[in-house]
Amino acid sequence: MTSAELTARRAAARTLPMQGNATAPKRVIRSLPLMVAGLVTLAGCISVEAPDKPIVIELNINIRQEVIYRLAEDAGNTIEENAEIF
Amino acid sequence: MESVVKGSGMNRDLVRKMALAAAGFALAAGGLAGTAYAQRDPAYEAARESGKVGEKMDGYLGIVGASTPELQRMVNDINIKRRAVYAQKAQTANATLEEYALTAGCIAIARTEPGEKYQAPDGSWQTRTSAPPQRDSRCPA
Repeated sequence: MTSAELTARRAAARTLPMQGNATAPKRVIRSLPLMVAGLVTLAGCISVEAPDKPIVIELNINIRQEVIYRLAEDAGNTIEENAEIF
Repeated sequence: MESVVKGSGMNRDLVRKMALAAAGFALAAGGLAGTAYAQRDPAYEAARESGKVGEKMDGYLGIVGASTPELQRMVNDINIKRRAVYAQKAQTANATLEEYALTAGCIAIARTEPGEKYQAPDGSWQTRTSAPPQRDSRCPA
């Protein structure tokens, strides 16, 4: 390290973390809020557990009577037209 | 001038199309009048009469008792054909395949002959008697 004292007053070069008195403790303190935020985020997670019983979806339940009534005549004709498979 | 030519061309095309359609209708009408609709395969008819197969609520054929590979193949074959028909007709009727199939199931159950099997709303197999079958409450009269 060269001294600049003779020509101009300047602050000494900063000591890097790997050199001499590193400023490591300060860095930990600075990252502390980040860590806390991370922990809070983790704690705020909603855990969803899969049900142990199989999910049974009754498809027919959504079919409305009015739809069946609308299709009834057409379906009747279809059965007659395809008598070999009905 | 150009529009006139174009117009006559379209007219000619339309006339040709109509002639074709008329011929088609005539053929279809002749077919309907000439022969009745295709009948059930004898093996299928026998399986229905003996109650080995029955009409399910969902519009497909089901095996009532013990299944054999032969019976399963026949039922699968018919159900695949039914499904294809349902899909095509449902699209034309602007309905879903399931809606159309369920409706067809209602009617197919209603049209079972005494002695044939059908699926009741509780899922059990029933033998059709002369009395009306037990059907889904949504089924049309």
